[in-house]
Amino acid sequence: MKQPLLDMRNIVKSFSGVRALNGVSITLGDGEVLSLCGENGSGKSTLMKVLSGVWPYGSYDGEIYFQGQQVKASGIRDTEALGIVIIHQELALVKELSVMENIFLGNELGSCVSLNDEMMHSRTRELLAQVKLNISPDTLIRELGVGQQQLVEIAKALNKNVKLLILDEPTSSLTNNEIDILLGIVQELKGQGIACVYISHKLDEVLALSNWVAVIRDGNHIATKAAAELTQNDIISMMVGRQLDELFPRENHQIGETILQVTHAKASQPGASRCQVEDVSFSLRKGEILGVAGLIGSGRTELMQCLYGCYDGDYQATIELSGQTLQIRSQRAALKAGIAMVPEDRKRHGIVPIMGVGRNITLSILDRYTAWFGAIDEEQESHDIHDAIARLKVKTATSELAIKNLSGGNQQKAIIARFLLTKPKILILDEPTRGIDVGAKYEIYKLMFALVKEGVSIIMVSSELPEVIGISDRVLVMHEGRLKGEFDHQGLTQEKIMNCAIKEAESA
Amino acid sequence: MLKTIKTNQLQLLAMLTAMLLIVLFFSFATDGAFISPRNVSNLFRQTAIVGVLAIGMVFVIISAEIDLSVGSMMGLLGGIAAVLDVWLHFPIMLTILITIGTGLLLGLFNGWWVAYQKVPSFIVTLAGMLAFRGILVGLTDGATVAPTTSALGVIGQSYVPTGWGVSLVLLLCLGVIAKVYRRRQAKQKHGVVNDSAKFEYLKALVSIAVLLSLLAILEGYRGIPTPILIMGVLILVAAYIAKRTAFGRRVYAIGGNIEATRMSGVNVERNKMFVFGFNGMMVAVAALILTSRLGAGSPAAGNMAELDAIAACVIGGTSLAGGVGTVFGAIMGALIMSSLDNGMSMLDVPTFWQLIVKGGILLLAVWLDVKTKKAQ
Repeated sequence: MKQPLLDMRNIVKSFSGVRALNGVSITLGDGEVLSLCGENGSGKSTLMKVLSGVWPYGSYDGEIYFQGQQVKASGIRDTEALGIVIIHQELALVKELSVMENIFLGNELGSCVSLNDEMMHSRTRELLAQVKLNISPDTLIRELGVGQQQLVEIAKALNKNVKLLILDEPTSSLTNNEIDILLGIVQELKGQGIACVYISHKLDEVLALSNWVAVIRDGNHIATKAAAELTQNDIISMMVGRQLDELFPRENHQIGETILQVTHAKASQPGASRCQVEDVSFSLRKGEILGVAGLIGSGRTELMQCLYGCYDGDYQATIELSGQTLQIRSQRAALKAGIAMVPEDRKRHGIVPIMGVGRNITLSILDRYTAWFGAIDEEQESHDIHDAIARLKVKTATSELAIKNLSGGNQQKAIIARFLLTKPKILILDEPTRGIDVGAKYEIYKLMFALVKEGVSIIMVSSELPEVIGISDRVLVMHEGRLKGEFDHQGLTQEKIMNCAIKEAESA
Repeated sequence: MLKTIKTNQLQLLAMLTAMLLIVLFFSFATDGAFISPRNVSNLFRQTAIVGVLAIGMVFVIISAEIDLSVGSMMGLLGGIAAVLDVWLHFPIMLTILITIGTGLLLGLFNGWWVAYQKVPSFIVTLAGMLAFRGILVGLTDGATVAPTTSALGVIGQSYVPTGWGVSLVLLLCLGVIAKVYRRRQAKQKHGVVNDSAKFEYLKALVSIAVLLSLLAILEGYRGIPTPILIMGVLILVAAYIAKRTAFGRRVYAIGGNIEATRMSGVNVERNKMFVFGFNGMMVAVAALILTSRLGAGSPAAGNMAELDAIAACVIGGTSLAGGVGTVFGAIMGALIMSSLDNGMSMLDVPTFWQLIVKGGILLLAVWLDVKTKKAQ
């Protein structure tokens, strides 16, 4: 066999005595794609940090060979010089700079007194063409969507003469359309001999894209197999170490009377010509799970923000909850009325990172514990915290551990716990399973069904169509701020939803 | 949890060690004069003003804001107190009430601009720093307002009678023991693992020993200075607010992640405004102590005091990024700063050196903090 491009041998990495990686070995040839699968916290990201030099040589055991040479990187600059580029889940672009400036950040062309703008400009255009991005090099990053930003990151990597591209969950916040473009580009790079390590929870992408699939569980290398020999279920059972009966544990539940009626919802940014939500009316019944699908930018998140009183702009809607007309102008008002929302962006809008898990959970209901002089009844509080942690199966050493130390799935469970404690009649979940592992997803679905059985109504916004179909009783599809369709889950297919969400756009 | 507790304890330990080293160094360098009852009493009275300012400031910084106006505000409030007392002959209680009320209003004013009008606190309070000083100079016509009445002098210059002082400290000691006992009970009830009993009670005993020896030293001079009593009460109240109340919890949450806190249904604007209001009241108390100690309202009073207060918080482990900090830490920071001041003055270190050393210590303290955090 000819010499592999990358050969990581027996990598062991410990954090204060805890082994995050326990002798993981992977190899990869030119132009091959290796997908790394594992639940969150399994050690995938740690392995990639070792590879990309975030953890310098000497801070781990084992050896890395790249193009036959042992890598002894002391930082990310060394590995980039070799042609190993990592693109993180959280994009590392400077929002206020242009595409060109970002691509050449740190590698500017020209002399130290004057930059060669023309050269950088034309090079940027070449790179953008390579990633099929039809925008001007002078566009500011903040004007781009997440998907386009992702592509700019790849263009930036191409500019560095990349030989091995590491993509850490690149598609977790992209729409299907954007995902297709991204996957196409990875395929093309593959053809040009650029190898790729691909980390994703989306197994259909994994199978479509990779030559090899390596599964890591609890820091152990479980197996590396040719993608062609695997099915999604094989991968899942390797990841979780057990067989999941089914991805979506749908349970029968009683659906009651209409509890929420929203009519003529309208939302727009001040000064903007187009409304983000335009004349949307819908209803929700007691004990129902209502899925809301649509591309990013279709107005689904904004519609939910109107319901939760946190839309940043002008909005109006007639909201009738249990027959009472409501004015919801703040999150407080929404919670008081019995509407709670678990926000989409967990890091920005969900967790208070340095606070303990328990205190994160009770943040919304502190008023309930206060007696004289505003003192918190800590006994009652810790009682509730322990109940919530047990009910949602939040895996944490103690309730006082800072929540940032938890995996994404457990953070999400804690945030859901926070809003459940407000005893909502209506629970809005915006992308409830984004970026969390299969096991936690399953538990969240189970919880959703348990909740609707108790009579809570759920609105779930999601980009993952299998999830929308698998969990919802009824599905709304939004497009460009308008409600484009309403479907019963029975007989619903991904194609039907996509047709509704995209096709009408083409005709319009 | 072990890890987080360890971090906190490490920080506390580092501060106590630093304090101990400073005390040892100056005691040797001054042949023991540094720890003479008279000087300790003096040192404590110097600490009181920065300490009270730090109590207010620590809440502001925990909420991820800053207040640069406290120096000027203290000057202005001290000036108002002096004017009420000297020119208008108001009864002392009324003077105190009006001063603290004005402090609250000025603080709320700052807070309103920051929280509701979304002007960065750096700018709002920089404006306050200029304007409050200007109002003070205008109010007093640039002249010192003196002499204050003996009634006002009680706040900053008197001492607590021995009987009262001793019983208060003994009560406090009992409180320390009761608190450890109650916390252990509560933890046991909830099945939370307790640190070993010996360790916890040892800690309590150490703090009681410190309290009692300080009491002995202070009683060796004239007793507990009234400003220290005031500061002590405020420490207890503020620590209670920070640790035990919903308001305190929300302040930490706002500093930790304001957006998430807002999404949780917390009225972040109102809470932020109250933080500034509370700070204003602390400034008013500090101003009363200052005016009382000086026996006058001076147009230059409190100049640059905001920097001492901020430095005290930061040395005490408060993070300018918000969400992290303790009242006790800020007080320790204030004590470290004023020990340096006091010790260096005793050694006749020139003023310019004092400034350089203080600046260096501030930098060093934060650098060490950053280092140890990174190591984890």
